[in-house]
Amino acid sequence: MMSAAQSQSVRTGRITRTFIYVFLLVASLFYLLPFFIMLVNSVKPLSEITGGNMMALPQVFTLEPWAAAWSSAQVGVEPTGLRPYFWNSIKMVVPAVFISTVLGALNGYILTKWRFRGDTILFGLMLFSCFIPFQIVLIPMARILGILGLSGSTYGLILVHVVYGIGFSTLYFRNYYAAFPTELVRAAQIDGAGFFQIFRRIMLPSSGPIIVVCVIWQFTNIWNDFLFGASFASGSGAPMTVALNNLVQSSTGVKEYNVHFAGAILAALPTLLVYIVAGRFFVRGLMAGSVKG
Amino acid sequence: MGFLDINNVTKSYGAVEVLHKVDIAVEEGEFLVLVGPSGCGKSTLLNMIAGLEDITSGEIGINGRVVNGVHPSNRNIAMVFQSYALYPNMTVGQNITFGLEMHGVPKPERDKAMNDVAKLLQIEQLLDRKPGQLSGGQRQRVAMGRALVRDPDVFLFDEPLSNLDAKLRVDMRTEIKKLHEKLKTTIVYVTHDQIEAMTLSTRIAVMYEGYVQQLGTPKEIYDTPANLFVATFMGSPAMNIMNAKVVMKDGRPHASLVTSEGGEALLPFSQDNMSEWDDKEVLLGIRPEAITDPDGADRKSSNVVALENRIIVTEPAGSDTFVTTNLGGKDVISRLRADVPVSAGEMFGFAVNMEKAVAFDPATEKRIEG
Repeated sequence: MMSAAQSQSVRTGRITRTFIYVFLLVASLFYLLPFFIMLVNSVKPLSEITGGNMMALPQVFTLEPWAAAWSSAQVGVEPTGLRPYFWNSIKMVVPAVFISTVLGALNGYILTKWRFRGDTILFGLMLFSCFIPFQIVLIPMARILGILGLSGSTYGLILVHVVYGIGFSTLYFRNYYAAFPTELVRAAQIDGAGFFQIFRRIMLPSSGPIIVVCVIWQFTNIWNDFLFGASFASGSGAPMTVALNNLVQSSTGVKEYNVHFAGAILAALPTLLVYIVAGRFFVRGLMAGSVKG
Repeated sequence: MGFLDINNVTKSYGAVEVLHKVDIAVEEGEFLVLVGPSGCGKSTLLNMIAGLEDITSGEIGINGRVVNGVHPSNRNIAMVFQSYALYPNMTVGQNITFGLEMHGVPKPERDKAMNDVAKLLQIEQLLDRKPGQLSGGQRQRVAMGRALVRDPDVFLFDEPLSNLDAKLRVDMRTEIKKLHEKLKTTIVYVTHDQIEAMTLSTRIAVMYEGYVQQLGTPKEIYDTPANLFVATFMGSPAMNIMNAKVVMKDGRPHASLVTSEGGEALLPFSQDNMSEWDDKEVLLGIRPEAITDPDGADRKSSNVVALENRIIVTEPAGSDTFVTTNLGGKDVISRLRADVPVSAGEMFGFAVNMEKAVAFDPATEKRIEG
């Protein structure tokens, strides 16, 4: 693996190499600095932040702000911490990611292996949903959720995110399955496998990389979404991002910056975790099909 | 009424008809090869037999049952694909038994069938491997195993050897032929390789532009091609086609050709009815092996004539030497024995076996029946 990577890299001189390393170092510092500040200030008592340097390392190390952000901080009017909203987000993200990925895979399978008249046009129309700005659909969506009786509920948010996610997940799976040999589907047909059997036994087991890409993409987008969460779920049904906003905006008493920092990290943690666990498959999945072997 | 009956079958995509009224009756145990250049409709026809493509009009019957509209899995056929189409996520064993599993065959029976087939094809040691770990020849065997295990009425092969390297292709060709002789199954085999067609088949259907140009045994196709296309498509090197004029001499029809020196060569036809073409232009077709050195000529032939001509190029191929000359206004390839001393620029005395010569009508390009 290492030798292969080395043999592929372009030979460079010492000066160029030094420049590259310095540049990379500066770039990573630039990106890591905000995270560093958040981390450092989330483990300080409030007095150290208000009384001094944000860049300084904590003189007294405390996990108090983390505990507060998680379970006792004032979010809106209730002192619940972010915990219930964290679970709200999980309850929204997991089904939404699962459903939109499965539907995307089915769509991709149909659009490539069960071609019908006008399938490319249909696919083109589905791609539109990738480019429609969120704001445009807010009011129609609110109306539909109202008609369905799902306003203000987690189910409503799941529906919204599934509808929005299908465009992207279909795009991923269609392009992945376009390179998948159709002869395999035909062989399975002759072997007597039906529509869903082919999907489950032949297509899905070969879709690992693209499933990872799709899950990471959907998870990150849905978890980080604020607009839909703020618009369609209010009060105790709000997702993490909205709760974080409410935590920071709560105007009772002093601003507890250390709690805010801890809360923000808590809100970002799941997406970070998904990247760390599945990140290396992400690039592999995006590259799948483009490189042989 | 054959075992596999292709009755007046056509295929259209929109307004474009790609297969025109194909009529083939295949007997049980026959090895039919559909051969033709790319785009001739041979794979489309195969897919229609398999049920992977709809039939626009006409009927296909398998074992006395019309299968139009019947799902591929219910036609009792098995297919070997060009890319082998092995399921990459399953082991060889699972690949072979997938079809049986889908048809609800219980596991003990599946395992028995799998072991029998694995033994027959000598792939027992591969059963637990994934297709990705196999060589091309091994994948080919597994693909055949997957077809064999179903014990179908008809086997369909879609260019199964075209992904193999040259040597392996010849080996596998022999294997397929052996297998057919052992199992006596009915096979429809698609290829663009005329040597595969000749060696494997009991009958060949030569296809071009959506028409079956000729249907017959390999010998019929080779010796009496129905038209110019079949004549030039089958055989390697291709049949030589020369411009000739029919003249009568001593009461027999002769082909008059211009030699490389500008003179006239008179080659007597074996077919007496060529006299009806007296004084008319025809296209004379002679295969390379029928224009050879005098010692290599067919001793059983009653109509071998001598012909002096100048050699343009010699191509020693090891087993034979191919020599190009100019005759009847065309470059003509002749096939000499390997050790005949010839060199470019020389005059050489060829022996032409006119018993094997055929003539074509220049207008219709059809063979003139003799």
